[in-house]
Amino acid sequence: MNEPLVELKNVSFKYDAEAGYALHKVSFTIFKGEWLAIVGHNGSGKSTLAKLLNGLHFPLEGCITVGGIQLSEDTVWETRKKIGMVFQNPDNQFVGTTVRDDVAFGLENHGIERDDMVQRVTHSLEKVKMAQFLNQEPHHLSGGQKQRVAIAGVIALRPDIIILDESTSMLDPRGREEVLETVRELKQDYNMTVISITHDLEEAAKADRIVVMNKGQLYREGTPEEIFQMDEELVNLGLDIPFPVKLSKMLREKGLPLSRHYLSEEELVEELWTSHSKM
Amino acid sequence: MDISLQNVEYRYQVNTPFERLAIKDVSIDIPSGTFLAIIGHTGSGKSTVLQHLNALLKPTEGNVVIGDRMITSEKKQKNLKEIRQRVGIVFQFPEHQLFEETVEKDICFGPMNFGVTEEAAKKRARAAIGQVGLPEEILSKSPFDLSGGQMRRVAIAGVLAMEPDVIVLDEPTAGLDPRGRKEIMDMFFSLHETRGLSTVLVTHSMEDASRYADQIVIMHNGEVYEKGTPKEIFSSPEGLLKLGLDVPEVVRFQLKMEKSLNIRFSKTCLTMEELTEEIAAAMKRGAPK
Repeated sequence: MNEPLVELKNVSFKYDAEAGYALHKVSFTIFKGEWLAIVGHNGSGKSTLAKLLNGLHFPLEGCITVGGIQLSEDTVWETRKKIGMVFQNPDNQFVGTTVRDDVAFGLENHGIERDDMVQRVTHSLEKVKMAQFLNQEPHHLSGGQKQRVAIAGVIALRPDIIILDESTSMLDPRGREEVLETVRELKQDYNMTVISITHDLEEAAKADRIVVMNKGQLYREGTPEEIFQMDEELVNLGLDIPFPVKLSKMLREKGLPLSRHYLSEEELVEELWTSHSKM
Repeated sequence: MDISLQNVEYRYQVNTPFERLAIKDVSIDIPSGTFLAIIGHTGSGKSTVLQHLNALLKPTEGNVVIGDRMITSEKKQKNLKEIRQRVGIVFQFPEHQLFEETVEKDICFGPMNFGVTEEAAKKRARAAIGQVGLPEEILSKSPFDLSGGQMRRVAIAGVLAMEPDVIVLDEPTAGLDPRGRKEIMDMFFSLHETRGLSTVLVTHSMEDASRYADQIVIMHNGEVYEKGTPKEIFSSPEGLLKLGLDVPEVVRFQLKMEKSLNIRFSKTCLTMEELTEEIAAAMKRGAPK
């Protein structure tokens, strides 16, 4: 997992020459096959980062390389083939009148042959478990189903990287789980790299690595274990601490001998069970 | 102001091929001063119920009593303005409804529509902007130059400026970061307490329902599936789990722990403080011999 796929070097960006930096001197690397969560408060620069990665904007200073290609206006069509994006609002990313047309749209734009296209549409919709909705109109679908169709549209193009830009934040808990489960499976099957921009700390806890953004700057990067050691510092950044971490801390304050911060409820229950049965 | 739904049924597009039953036999009492949370899956009928609370929808069967008004399928309703002023609804993503040139004009729009003078409306706008925790300087800005969180607050201020007795919130924290969520919910709770409002919260967050509500109603397939206090609802979470709904993290953890250690806690914990107390006590007692 140590092959760099995307590299950001000293990237700065402003939306308006007069305004402050939306991103300031951000550098980090995204490795092939990892699930990277980018977290931060509203306005911390997370979404700007996503827009830069997909070449919707270009860095004012610094540079971004995707799969060895430096991102610029000349290469953007090349790099966009490598990156698929799923946005926040399920209602803003449907272009087709049916599920099938919607998935085919991107393929058509890329000039894929019809036979190949038909096959890819069916295959991608099967992958996201939406094949039985082929001829449905989008407004009959739930939010989670719409997002899964959006994902099918993305994977039909076989990108190396999928960026989820708060793609689950408008969904109910069931829809959220559906979408994340779908992405987890795809990541496994295709060895895809996932960049998930999120507020959901429970989701971030399951990532391989986390980047914390604050006020347009990279504040910290590390494994979930390392990041959630930050504790109150995260709360001060407008974020939260996952429930099991919070609970471990409170139990330790009560004098229970827990060996570490637990990132999952299962691990914590396991540890409690072990020490309970020893007593 | 008391609101009561009595055996309410609502069908969309009656007498067309698209007729669809959205809710049936829904009875909910919301006495003045209640904090009620409505939970349920997308499509369970929550939003349809919500639109009956200020007579945006008229039931196709049953009665809706709002203060001293009775809304039924029979009568052609007149003068619903007073109801709309007294029951303020904050819809999902309310910032999408901002439209004026300045924040002040946007907040004044509602009250002035209900006949409040411009001067009085401006006064209300100043009060409301403070209540949502924004500085007065923001009044002269364009709402579209604000951040998402600020826009949400401005939209909420627009509802508060109507000085409603009942405030209805449809997923008010969706899309906000954790701090923003907590700030907005704490703000509504403090308004609820200090102004003696009735508050109806439609939410997916079991945490919020258990923390703030006096009463919880669970909707399923257009019907009331269960109602009770947070303690009652979460003490027997089987129903919730069967519907595939969440329970609060604290309750979920308690259930996992009771199952895995084969023990029973003395009560259902709703806060982390209660939960840590109970865990510590259980650990002290040790394994059953």
